Amino acid sequence: MKNHWMKAKWIGLITVLMVFLSGCGKNHLSALRPAGEVGQEQFNLMILSIIIMLLVVVVVTVLFTIAVAKNRRSKKGEDFEPKDVATNHTLEIIWTTIPIILLIILTVPTVYLVFKQADTSASVTDEGEVNPEENVINVRAYQYWWEFEYPTEQVVTSQEMVVPTDERVYFNLMGVDVKHSFWVPAAGGKLDTNIDGINSFYLVFDEESAQESDQLFYGKCAELCGPSHALMDFKVHALPAEEYDQWLADMKAVEEPAQASSEDAQAGQEIFADSCMACHATTPTGSGAMGPNLTNFADRELIAGYLEHNEENLEEWIRDPESLKPGNKMTGAYELNDEEIEAVSAYLMELSVEEGSGDVEALEEVRQSNTTESEGSEGEEESSANDEEEGN
Amino acid sequence: MANMEYNVPSERWPVHPETATAEGKNKFVGFWIFLAGETVLFASLFATYLALKDSVPSDDHLLASELFHLPLAFVMTMLLLTSSLTSVYAIYHMRNNNFQKMQLWLGITALLGAGFLALEIYEFVVYVGLGHTFRSSAFGSAFYFLIGTHGFHVIVGLIWVTLLILRNANRGMSVYTAAKVNTFTLYWHFIDVVWVFIFTIVYLLGVL
Amino acid sequence: MAQTSTQKKGVGSVIWEYLTTVDHKKIGILYLIAGGFFFALGGIEAMLIRLQLAVPNNDFLSAGLYNEMITMHGTTMIFLAAMPLLFAFMNAVVPLQIGARDLAFPFLNSMGVWLFILGGIFLNLSWFMGGAPDAGWTSYASLSIDSPGHGVNFYALGLQITGAGTLMTGINFATTIITMRAPGMTYMRMPLFTWTTLVAAILIVFAFPPLTIGVFLLIFDRMFGSNFFIVEAGGNTIIWEHLFWIFGHPEVYILILPAFGIFSEIFSVFARKRLFGYSAMVFATLLIGFFGFMVWAHHMFTVGLGPTANAIFAVATMAIAVPTGIKIFNWIATIWGGSIEFTTPMLYAVAFIPSFVMGGVTGIMQAAAPADYQYHDSYFIVAHFHYVIVGGVVFGLLAGLHYYWPIMFNTMLNEVLGKITFVLFVFGFHLTFLIQHFLGLWGMPRRVFTFLDGQGYNAANMISTVGAFFMAAGVIILLINIVMTLVKNERVGTDPWGDGRTLEWSLPLPVPYYNFAQVPLVRGLDAYWIEKNEGDGKMMPAESIEDFHMPNNSIIPLIMSLGLFIASFGALYFADGKDWAIDAVSALDAKPWALPVLVIGLGITFVSMGVRSWKDDLGYYVTKEEIKKDLEELERGAK
Repeated sequence: MKNHWMKAKWIGLITVLMVFLSGCGKNHLSALRPAGEVGQEQFNLMILSIIIMLLVVVVVTVLFTIAVAKNRRSKKGEDFEPKDVATNHTLEIIWTTIPIILLIILTVPTVYLVFKQADTSASVTDEGEVNPEENVINVRAYQYWWEFEYPTEQVVTSQEMVVPTDERVYFNLMGVDVKHSFWVPAAGGKLDTNIDGINSFYLVFDEESAQESDQLFYGKCAELCGPSHALMDFKVHALPAEEYDQWLADMKAVEEPAQASSEDAQAGQEIFADSCMACHATTPTGSGAMGPNLTNFADRELIAGYLEHNEENLEEWIRDPESLKPGNKMTGAYELNDEEIEAVSAYLMELSVEEGSGDVEALEEVRQSNTTESEGSEGEEESSANDEEEGN
Repeated sequence: MANMEYNVPSERWPVHPETATAEGKNKFVGFWIFLAGETVLFASLFATYLALKDSVPSDDHLLASELFHLPLAFVMTMLLLTSSLTSVYAIYHMRNNNFQKMQLWLGITALLGAGFLALEIYEFVVYVGLGHTFRSSAFGSAFYFLIGTHGFHVIVGLIWVTLLILRNANRGMSVYTAAKVNTFTLYWHFIDVVWVFIFTIVYLLGVL
Repeated sequence: MAQTSTQKKGVGSVIWEYLTTVDHKKIGILYLIAGGFFFALGGIEAMLIRLQLAVPNNDFLSAGLYNEMITMHGTTMIFLAAMPLLFAFMNAVVPLQIGARDLAFPFLNSMGVWLFILGGIFLNLSWFMGGAPDAGWTSYASLSIDSPGHGVNFYALGLQITGAGTLMTGINFATTIITMRAPGMTYMRMPLFTWTTLVAAILIVFAFPPLTIGVFLLIFDRMFGSNFFIVEAGGNTIIWEHLFWIFGHPEVYILILPAFGIFSEIFSVFARKRLFGYSAMVFATLLIGFFGFMVWAHHMFTVGLGPTANAIFAVATMAIAVPTGIKIFNWIATIWGGSIEFTTPMLYAVAFIPSFVMGGVTGIMQAAAPADYQYHDSYFIVAHFHYVIVGGVVFGLLAGLHYYWPIMFNTMLNEVLGKITFVLFVFGFHLTFLIQHFLGLWGMPRRVFTFLDGQGYNAANMISTVGAFFMAAGVIILLINIVMTLVKNERVGTDPWGDGRTLEWSLPLPVPYYNFAQVPLVRGLDAYWIEKNEGDGKMMPAESIEDFHMPNNSIIPLIMSLGLFIASFGALYFADGKDWAIDAVSALDAKPWALPVLVIGLGITFVSMGVRSWKDDLGYYVTKEEIKKDLEELERGAK
């Protein structure tokens, strides 16, 4: 019986090893392919703990295998009378002390990294406001979508976040309806978006790693948040600093909603204004809206966070969101017939932000003015947000 | 042997009648363990209360310092502390095999407890009149849950002791009733100790 | 009053006997049947989950139904299967191991089992009454308040009922072990299963009240309009997480410690060697129980409690590895130099060590908080806790089932079928869960109803599903084994394994309803083994043959539990359509009958409680003559 079991175990092990050797997962979403400082530190800690733990597993397995193999009754005979041993103090001390030493080895980097990775003091100024010299993004999680606000530049977008590479990016996280959790596995571990207050941490995206995954990383919601929890994905575009600034400037340049060009789309724009505008903005402002900001909708990679970006899927989504994302808040908020849906889709597919349309220098000015001007109305909002965070 | 050995003649009345039988001993140990669990229960309640005691939806909701009336809480504390003392007298007479006096002091304990309960109900009625209710704010929910759970324990204790006094009137004194009376007083002391914490943490700290 | 001749009774009276019983052996069987039923139910839910995840973009289960499935799988397995099955063995064995004639509070014991059974039924009625709870077995407050309909109400009320039963059982076992040990059985002579039961019972007493409070907060918010978790009214959802995990982490030890106890007995018996480092084992058990209360926030590393809290809880968590390691090494030292017989229970014990070590080391990996930011709420966690709970607790339950079967049913389970179950189950277990560690590291969050193609998760998920089928096949063969054994009904005699060491094996089978005709005298650790080696193989009595006292059966525990069961339906619908109710139920039709049902249910409970305390129930005496007659019969049977 024993042999069968061992054999079965080996087959299982080999299968598993084969799967494992096929890779450490995908570049853009695996924790085993760290794409930046934070992820790398966490990965190193994993490796250290795995080494220590493998040591333990090997020692236990060897001792255990010897113990089981050498002491079978079939081998020793029915008459063999084992000698009772009450205890052995030397052994007890050894197997108490060695684990303690191993754990101390693991404790030191653990405690160091806990404090290091929680240090977001650079993202706020001494007055408790957002530091305009750092990259800060306010993340709001909704059932089942994400809003990203760039407080310094006063730009709002959703579903697809743009971040600069090779720089620290600070995140202020908040849940709006229920608790979610913000996770970009390749860049680092997750942090919950509580509905009771703001959580802050930072991540770093290396340019080199970003290039290996086409400047695009996958983000996920990691806390059960309702039926469509599994579909609450988002994307992270990691761009070099200049491109990142250009993107922000382009967004900033959108002051009026894009005007539809084709006839279809013009009809769509009117319908949109009647039926959709209450929840969806088409200028990059107004954080905390009911629905995702659609300013640069046509430039996005995915529809509803997970479907391929084409008009067919878009129409399907507008027609029956419930079937694609059960439990979402859009279902039933509007009534459109097929013709209208086609028109709205056509309009949405034109919502593009022209690359290079924005003035990067103007962006710099916005950042500068935010540094000097401490009592702006937007600034007040931020400072209250940061107060809450410190309250935690 | 077939009869219960509960009725011990007075010359052999044990020093600790409450644990003289195996059942009595089990009750004693088991009830202490139960009280350990109750302690954690109230600790969780206190933690919840402390986390929410200043949490109201808007400024027009009353907070602890505007609500609480220390003299009333003090009188309630005195009533309950005294009732704890009178239950000790009951135990004293139980150990001396003096049935009538034990019954009398248990009765006084029940009366004092009822007085406490009446004041608590009065207090709640006043607060509800001021708009501070179970549903008005997180503070309100936490306050009524903590004080209410204690109040519920007092009610249970009052029903318990009333049933005991009535039943004992027929049963008379025995190591069987002694164990029951002793368990009740353990419970009553526990309620009293919890109230001391409520008085300190909720009322005193709330007003200061 | 004599219940010796159960065989002659009709079906009706047997059922009545079980409905009213206060005998720990019969209550153990009730726990085994009900726990086994819920284990099967949870297993079916697990299979449906794995079927849904077998391939990407699967639509076998809808998103909402999937969330109900995972919630009920977790809740059922922890509260309605693992814990009750452990209670089954505790009930069947612990009084026998310490030389007692029953538990300290037989009436409470009966309450415990009926509260558990009715709570479990209540929870599962949700499937037929508008949908099961869907906020996960942890039911984090913001989602559990948001969840529409009555699902989460079923969760909260069901847990409150079973939780009350568990608390009573905890108090009962702690008291029993403290006060009812036979003469000579000092604390340091108690078998390890008794020790771990004692520590688990004390953990229950300290861990369940926070859950009770947490669930009350949820009940009040969802059904009575309070504001504990309503942020707009000043509430705070993190309170739930704290209360839940202050209960939830010790709960893990409530489950695993008794399993450790079962394995300790098995290692010692089937290696024919006394347990190595007995006092170290006891000390480690106590230490694990103690540390279990200071580490709850390691479930909350990503909640944002701040670096100081995370660092403290990380270090405290790692400390638990030390006593657990001590246990592992002591078990290995126990079989070292022994004479190992590979019976089915011993096979589970042997397979337990590497499996549990795997679960243990991944636990330490998660204690390293920054690394846990990656593991948390991913499939890595799913793999970890299944390694601990299946590789530890379920292996322990299966081992215990085979090992203690003769004590409970006077027959032996078939060893060949037992070993087939073992191979299928252990192989399937590793196939299912080992790969899930990697899925988590590759970025797959837990509790997802489906996954998209092209993320590299397909093969691993398929392997995992195939593994689950092996486990299911193992359980089906176990069921066949049980049915076959019961039908054949081949009776066995005292000490059926031949190497019994502790008091329970010294008893004749079937065990008399009063357990011990004379309370035995315990002369050391492994009391029965000592008598076999140094005495005449029989326990020395500590008392002459005398009349002794036994408790009467009672239907009141069942009625009291039924009262709470009925009251729960009142509470469940109370908030429907009320203007103060949360959004989840405020739009439903008002149910004016809810309040009367609540009051009537509670009334039934309190009135039957009053009846119980008003009517003196002094039990009955087993007479000298009856005991002598039984002993003579045994003597004849032996010849």
